[in-house]
Amino acid sequence: MTVSNPQFEMDCIRRILAGEKHIFHDLIRPCERAIYFLQLSLLQNEAEAEDAAQETAIKVYLNLHNFRGDAQFRTWVLSIARNEGLGRLRKAATRREDSLDAEIDEQSGDYTPAILTSWREIPSESLERKELGALLRKAIEGLPEIYRNVVLLRDIEEMDVRETAAALGITEGTVKVRLHRARALLQRDLAPRLKEFAPKRKGLFGWGA
Amino acid sequence: MRIDCKHVWEHISAYIDGEVDAGLRAEIDRHLETCEICSAVLDSTRNVVVLVADDRVFELPSGFSERLHARLEKELELAGP
Repeated sequence: MTVSNPQFEMDCIRRILAGEKHIFHDLIRPCERAIYFLQLSLLQNEAEAEDAAQETAIKVYLNLHNFRGDAQFRTWVLSIARNEGLGRLRKAATRREDSLDAEIDEQSGDYTPAILTSWREIPSESLERKELGALLRKAIEGLPEIYRNVVLLRDIEEMDVRETAAALGITEGTVKVRLHRARALLQRDLAPRLKEFAPKRKGLFGWGA
Repeated sequence: MRIDCKHVWEHISAYIDGEVDAGLRAEIDRHLETCEICSAVLDSTRNVVVLVADDRVFELPSGFSERLHARLEKELELAGP
């Protein structure tokens, strides 16, 4: 994650608007990862997400004089990114029906997690195995869109609840509910399959469950 | 009040983020001491959250940044200040 630096951002913006256009590269750089993955989450196509990310950056530049500094710069950028992505979805009318299901789903239902009786931690070093990364990506891509977006901004880009809510145009309470559901869905999907990535235990009696 | 497993599951995400109040946290902790199922559910959920946050899971496409800044450079040339 890149921590935002309001003073740096405001200085850059002032200088860009005064004519030092090239500084825009430095201003947008800390946001580009979040912009791309938000687009990928919405559009689910790498080439289109990249194009949408580029368009977003251009729109941010063209609208820079409208930034008032009452939101975090990154939040403002991501709301432009989200509008760009949603605009493309509307145009293509390919908005997936799962988001509709998820809206309904949000009103009701409990999530029963995958029931385990013991858990051996999968250390981050296990990500050296490409299959693990692929498994995690697939699980996230399989989430309904409204959950996927929240996981992406909160857990992957490590934005706080307030910023996530502002970027997605939803309340902080909704962010928390969706994040909870998303994590529960991921645990249910992944926990049974992640066990094979646990380091082999030596000298004990094998699996606890 | 003794809380049950379902109640613990409802709060797992907030618990991981440190967003449950002290009273509820104490209840959950007490429950976790004796419930191996909820302990495993909590540990596995936390583990999943840590793994998906790793930068190696979601990497930008190769050359993404270069292409973005090359396109921006062109736009900056064209656009007014």
